[in-house]
Amino acid sequence: MADTTAAVPWNPRRSAPGALARLLDNKAFLVFLCLLPAVGLLLVFLTYPLGLGIWLAFTDTHIGRGGEFVGLENFESLWYDQVFWNAVFYTVFYTLVATVLKFGLGLWLALLLNENVPFKSLIRAIILMPWIVPTVLSAIAFWWMFDAQFSIISYVLVDVLGWRTSYIDFLGTPWHARWSLVFANVWRGIPFVAISLLAGLQTISPSLYEAALLDGASSWQRFTKITAPLLMPILSVVLTFSVLFTFTDFQLVYAITRGGPINSTHLMATLAFQRGIPGGQLGEGAAIAVSMIPFLVLATLFSYFALSRRKWQQGGNDE
Amino acid sequence: MSNSTEEGAILSWQSAPRRLVTLYLPLALFVFILLFPFYWMTITTFKPNAELYDYKNFNPFWVVHPTLANINKLLFETSYPRWLMTTMLVAICSTVLAIFASVLAAYAIQRLRFRGANAVGLAIYIAYLVPPSILFIPLATMVFQLGLFDSPLALILTYPTFLIPFCTWLLIGYFKSIPYELEECALIDGASRLQILRRITLPLAVPGLISAGIFSFTLSWNEFIYALAFISSSEKKTVPVAILTELVQGDVYQWGSLMAGSLLGSLPVAIFYSFFVDYYVSSLTGAVKE
Repeated sequence: MADTTAAVPWNPRRSAPGALARLLDNKAFLVFLCLLPAVGLLLVFLTYPLGLGIWLAFTDTHIGRGGEFVGLENFESLWYDQVFWNAVFYTVFYTLVATVLKFGLGLWLALLLNENVPFKSLIRAIILMPWIVPTVLSAIAFWWMFDAQFSIISYVLVDVLGWRTSYIDFLGTPWHARWSLVFANVWRGIPFVAISLLAGLQTISPSLYEAALLDGASSWQRFTKITAPLLMPILSVVLTFSVLFTFTDFQLVYAITRGGPINSTHLMATLAFQRGIPGGQLGEGAAIAVSMIPFLVLATLFSYFALSRRKWQQGGNDE
Repeated sequence: MSNSTEEGAILSWQSAPRRLVTLYLPLALFVFILLFPFYWMTITTFKPNAELYDYKNFNPFWVVHPTLANINKLLFETSYPRWLMTTMLVAICSTVLAIFASVLAAYAIQRLRFRGANAVGLAIYIAYLVPPSILFIPLATMVFQLGLFDSPLALILTYPTFLIPFCTWLLIGYFKSIPYELEECALIDGASRLQILRRITLPLAVPGLISAGIFSFTLSWNEFIYALAFISSSEKKTVPVAILTELVQGDVYQWGSLMAGSLLGSLPVAIFYSFFVDYYVSSLTGAVKE
């Protein structure tokens, strides 16, 4: 095709391309056209609803009827709402405990997988399963494993090992339910953390460890002086995402306890859903959802600074 | 590979029993705990009710008389096939839409080199940090006003909001790895920008496209909160929502059919995953490193 244009440059069909072709060669237009689908979709279904959500939080909208501006009324009523404060407490608790456990265990698993073990790629593949399978479906499996009468965990503890005398009521009392949900979340989160950190570990040159070994560094010293600092950039990015998604988690809690017993395991997201969609009070639900934003902004800023520090560490090879 | 043999040589001073306790034992424990729920899901699916609730006479870890009754009931007495079809439709359509939009956006940001490209890239990255949990209420009112409530189209249009940021970043990384000289040659030969994208850049970015595609498919298949909020009629629900809202009836849980539903709902992604493990791992780690 290039040949023909070169050989017959006077061909009028070639030398005077149609209006569309000329437009497509215009860079500004081409950029606009290329960005249109992605940016358009994001503006309509992400940016606009984000603004709308903030507006709704200041109205008394119900399902089926538009709301009026009521100022801070929604937030005022939330301020005196014990259930809301419970949800805030449990969201923070759930995020903190689950994140610490996920990263502790995930880092451990990554270090184990970084050793020379047989069937490494197979193990790596099956370990990601909890993360691949739909959360709600594995949550239902956990629900069944946490059953008060037929829990397999209780069965092992009571009938096989004999460590306890009675079956545990996993989801019946507030603190049991809270820890059970944290356990399920950690179970689901470990693979992501482990595989991401493993990728980070594999970029560390083995010659560093050899040098340290020759200098007589203990394994703990090798971990704190080589592994930890070199892993820090990727760790901070994974951490930000993990905190963000744990904080706004919805599926696990909705599937297993739906906020019960007596509202003790409501996360802010599940409470927002319960008040907003089945409860019909869209304004109040939006106010609960909006209350999550300050936390998310903090996490985003953290991510931003972690990323910019990374570029500096790599010698600014980006752009 | 050479790395691991070197490492093995270094670590060979560690005695075998010590390796067993510090390495193989914890690793086996991790694998066991991470996989046990799936085993439990599977074993429950094939248990007849008599064994399901009788731990005294039957070992709960095994099935004595495997049965297909639960699966049978699920497939022929509920709308499960319909739910599967809906989920498949929504996942495929939103994936195609997201990939289409992401390819163009990533190409523009990485290769057209316009002013503000970095700002647009950053804005799209930040969009990934806006979670569905704070968007579903305003989106529900929008969906209602647009007349899309209770229609799969509502899901097909909203899922790309969390797929596009991820795919765009993944593809930017892939496009970056393709030498710019190739495009320059084509430009000199008189190819237009879109021809270059179609004939040169895309064929070279196929691994990236597969990664982005399977990732989007999995994320759409697993999505829950939008599907729960925007769909109300029973036969239009997606699998995760339908199992939780349609199969859980009253106080007596039919654990057999619940587990069968979870197993069958997990299988498509699990099978999909087993074919593309390497792509998953590379896209997961690539996105984090990018």
